[in-house]
Parts: sequence; structure tokens; C-alpha cells
Amino acid sequence: MPLTDSLRDDILAAVPSLRAFAISLSGNADRADDLVQETLLRALANIDSFQPGSNLPAWLFTILRNLFRSDYRKRRREVEDAEGNYAKTLKTQPSQNAHLEFEEFRTALDKLPQDQREALILVGASGFSYEDAASICGCAVGTIKSRVNRARSKLAALLYVDGAEDFGPDETVRAVIGGSGG
Amino acid sequence: MKDLKSQASRNTTPGKGGLTPEIQSRIGHQLRAMYDDVVRQGVPERFAELIKKLDTPGGTPQVDNDGGSNDNNGRN
Repeated sequence: MPLTDSLRDDILAAVPSLRAFAISLSGNADRADDLVQETLLRALANIDSFQPGSNLPAWLFTILRNLFRSDYRKRRREVEDAEGNYAKTLKTQPSQNAHLEFEEFRTALDKLPQDQREALILVGASGFSYEDAASICGCAVGTIKSRVNRARSKLAALLYVDGAEDFGPDETVRAVIGGSGG
Repeated sequence: MKDLKSQASRNTTPGKGGLTPEIQSRIGHQLRAMYDDVVRQGVPERFAELIKKLDTPGGTPQVDNDGGSNDNNGRN
């Protein structure tokens, strides 16, 4: 469809969540904004292929997600840049404790496999349905569900249970492990 | 963070997949807090301008395929 004023407004309205998605995926504010810019240029250049009445945010997220993945194959994540850079994007500086907690969460999120991270963000933060998330990621609905579940379990293990990947050890074993570990 | 961990492993019984509702909601809350913080920043000027530029004939923005982040080449 042609680029009408209302379509332009809708694209503009999607920018804040596109940025949030890009930053959540990449952990790097500068790179995220480059991704969003590239996404907008691609979207505007290919606006004819957008089906009127279909889900515009999902269409834009699909473009951004594919750009991120092709970019990812070219260069590895710049993990060392992630935390400091991200913190700069915060409008209000969180309190020290909240900030530590935030960084710990961000670090854990970065440790997830990419498939799981994007599924969790799309469903848990962007608020897409499992169906929309599946279409954005080009996979089955069941696959998205299992990725989200695995992502949650892994985050829980990283954040709330010492070390363990699964929840095997009971309290006693955990105490012993903790004791011997110093 | 020690507090978080001991708090979460105390007084909760892991359900299926080892996730208590409390941990699930904690993860959801932190995820959304991170995400919404960016959403609340609104639309940065550079993107508003980029989309606006397409209004004017001949205002098509240049695509920099070298991966550079300079987007000022079309401005006058």
C-alpha cells in the first residue's frame, strides 16, 4: 500500500517499542538505534509489500529481527559494551540497589541463546501473542512456547538459584556446595 | 542479590519446570521494567525527521550500506 499520512503516523508510533526491542536484543543503545534506522528505511522502501489491515508492528518487528540476525552472523555481540552503554540510555538513574539488580538481570538475559532471548522479549515484554511471535520468528507456535519456557527457567537459574541450570539440588546439597565453594 | 536468591528459594515450592509463580512474575516484572524504560523515551528526533523527510519530494534519505551511523548526509 502507498505511504499515507496515517500509515506514517502508525510507523512513528511503533518506534519506541522497536527501540526497546532492539536494545533488549543487542544490549547496545547505539547499535540498537542503527538497527531501528535501518528497519525504518527498509520498511519505507518496501511499504508496497505491506498488506493494509495486517499487523504493522509485527511486520516492523520482523524486519528488525531479521536485520539483527543477519548482522549478528557478521559480527559477534559486543558484550563488553553492553552494560555501560545501556545505562546511559536510562532517563532516570535508578537507585544503587535497583541498578545492581538491573545489571544482573541484563547480564543474565545476555547469556540466553538468541532464539530464547528474542522469544521471551516478544512475548514477555513486547506483549505479542504466541502466534504473532511465531510469525515474527518464522517458526511454529509450539516452538515459541518452548523457547519462552526455557528462557524463563534459565533466567530463574541464573538469577535466583545459585549456579544450577536445573533445580535438582535440594537445600542441603545446595548448602554443601555453597560452603565448599567459599 | 544474595537476598534475592535466598528470598526466592525460601518459602516457595518449585512447580513444573522448577518455576514458582513468584519467580515467574519477578522475571516478567524485570523484563518489562527494562523494556518500558526505553519505550517511555518516546521517538528520538532523528527518527521523527527520517520519517518526515519522506514527505517532501526528493527528500528520500540516503542509505549508508557501510554500516556507518552518520545520518546527516541528507540534511540542509
